[in-house]
Amino acid sequence: MYVAVKGGEAAIANAHALLADRRRGDRTVPALRLDQIVEQLGLAVDRTMGEGSLYDKELAALALLQARGDLIEAIFLVRAYRTTLPRFGYSSPVDTGAMLIERRISATFKDLPGGQMLGPTFDYTHRLLDPGIVTGDVAAPLLREADAEPAPRVTDLLGRQGLMEPDGETDPEREVGDLTREPLDFPLDRDLRLQALARGDEGFLLALGYSTQRGYGRSHPFVGEIRIGEVEVEFDVPELGFAVSLGRIRVTECQMVNQFKGSAKVPPQFTRGYGLVFGQAERKAMAMSLVDRALRAREFGEDIVAPAQDEEFVISHSDNVQATGFVEHLKLPHYVDFQAELDLIRRMRAEHEASEMKEAAE
Amino acid sequence: MTTLPQYNFAYLDEQTKRMIRRAILKAIAIPGYQVPFSSREMPMPYGWGTGGVQVTASIIGPDDVLKVIDQGADDTTNAVSIRAFFAKVAQVETTTHTSDATIIQTRHRIPEKALSKGQVLVYQVPIPEPLRFLEPRETETRKMHALEEYGLMHVKLYEDIARHGRIATTYAYPVKVEGRYVMDPSPTPKFDNPKMHMSEALQLFGAGREHRIYAVPPHTEVVSLDFEDHPFAIQHFEQPCALCGAEQVYLDEVILDDRGGHMYVCSDTDHCEERRAAGHVGDLGVKEAAE
Repeated sequence: MYVAVKGGEAAIANAHALLADRRRGDRTVPALRLDQIVEQLGLAVDRTMGEGSLYDKELAALALLQARGDLIEAIFLVRAYRTTLPRFGYSSPVDTGAMLIERRISATFKDLPGGQMLGPTFDYTHRLLDPGIVTGDVAAPLLREADAEPAPRVTDLLGRQGLMEPDGETDPEREVGDLTREPLDFPLDRDLRLQALARGDEGFLLALGYSTQRGYGRSHPFVGEIRIGEVEVEFDVPELGFAVSLGRIRVTECQMVNQFKGSAKVPPQFTRGYGLVFGQAERKAMAMSLVDRALRAREFGEDIVAPAQDEEFVISHSDNVQATGFVEHLKLPHYVDFQAELDLIRRMRAEHEASEMKEAAE
Repeated sequence: MTTLPQYNFAYLDEQTKRMIRRAILKAIAIPGYQVPFSSREMPMPYGWGTGGVQVTASIIGPDDVLKVIDQGADDTTNAVSIRAFFAKVAQVETTTHTSDATIIQTRHRIPEKALSKGQVLVYQVPIPEPLRFLEPRETETRKMHALEEYGLMHVKLYEDIARHGRIATTYAYPVKVEGRYVMDPSPTPKFDNPKMHMSEALQLFGAGREHRIYAVPPHTEVVSLDFEDHPFAIQHFEQPCALCGAEQVYLDEVILDDRGGHMYVCSDTDHCEERRAAGHVGDLGVKEAAE
């Protein structure tokens, strides 16, 4: 008798016990602590926070451990927790211009107010496997006093000369869009689109951003600026009548500067692609800003010819928790529907055979 | 360590439940219309019944009795998992008996036994849009529904007939609800379509990943699309269930060996068990011990 997918309860419990065993692995090897994951696998923690859209390093580390290092599974765990949290309100917009900067680079200007700072980057490392890091002995980095000189955003510098499109004004009374509270309704406003991209899968956005560079929706991008550091999160408390600080979070911001030839209404000027992600996530922020710019095609009256410019296509498929769920649901039993198809195929084959026999006889 | 709060009754917070109930009420008021709702991440993956689970979580109360089936069976792994979820987060009574349940959550089947007044059938829906495979864009399909522009669907069915001599849709077979909206019945085999028509039970459809809820209220007309010269017909099985001898039910094919041996058994396990308990025996069945 066929029992492979049936008779579930005991099988499920046993499978999960085995999963717990495999997760722990060899018991003679010390178990990982959450602080070790937070400190030493920080970029995995950052990605889990970003795409999980919940800024909590310890929970992200727990999710990573529980997911055996599977990032999408960890992101899923964080999301399923986040969704149960009560919503008090929305923070004031963070001011990335006032960021405590650890890394800041611009590809458009050799030097600029506030200077360029490489920060903790893989750039210019030689990708040679280094057994030396296993011992864990690392010299303390050289630190210097922070510059008193402010580091205004490159887009603001360009904006002052009118070369950059303005950032756009929104009605201060308008409530910010939130796709976790309201169903998506295409076409989207840019705030919702940016939220979807910030939560979107890094690999998917990377590939789409890459496709725009290879001619599928070309946007002539320059990295105006990438900055990584801490920003203050403030929350307006209606009872107090002013904003209070909730603390600092680390974010990565990328502003792409793109050519725009202008139109009948608008003079030639540079346009923006924007990326903002929790933690240190430079690749994601860059990909996001490329895709953001590509998705603004409609706004600028550009021809929509490439996948990266197609809002419904991009946003409907960028969420890896949705994507992995639906792809993996194919392993659930489908034998009722398959039976229906089997029946149809058999009938059609029988008819086909009968007509061939008839033809042969004639 | 961060302290984790307790989860609310039936997992979802009350605000979310209220939002989903509003969507359900709207769906009931406009039969067959897909109501957008703000679907939440659930602790099971998208595509594994999150829409149905959210609907169930929003309507379930402590006195409800829940039945969960997948492919018609109560003991399929995903049905077991969802039933265990509600037993845990809502501490409700669960059952496998169709007639004892107040809420039945299902994937891919409608129970063989006719549902009665007061029962709610909650469908898990992967792709709620019946026009999706004809037109991938939501912005377009929404317009088509608004204008009652269903010609494309009829052309598709007609092309089936031209190409295969019959309508080659065997499951997720489109229906028209109360003479207005064309609706996807979820991937149930078309065998089950007639059960939706004038049902005494309330039928709710939840699509979590696609953020849609729709409904067929009790005593609502549900008509499968067809043509006068190619009327809608359900699947017919040549032989009865091998275990309980039931006819006019949907059967699963079970492969017995690698030499082509197979048997057909009821897809609805509760129906099959009840019949066997009542003394019905199929060709390969074993007579139940007399009580």
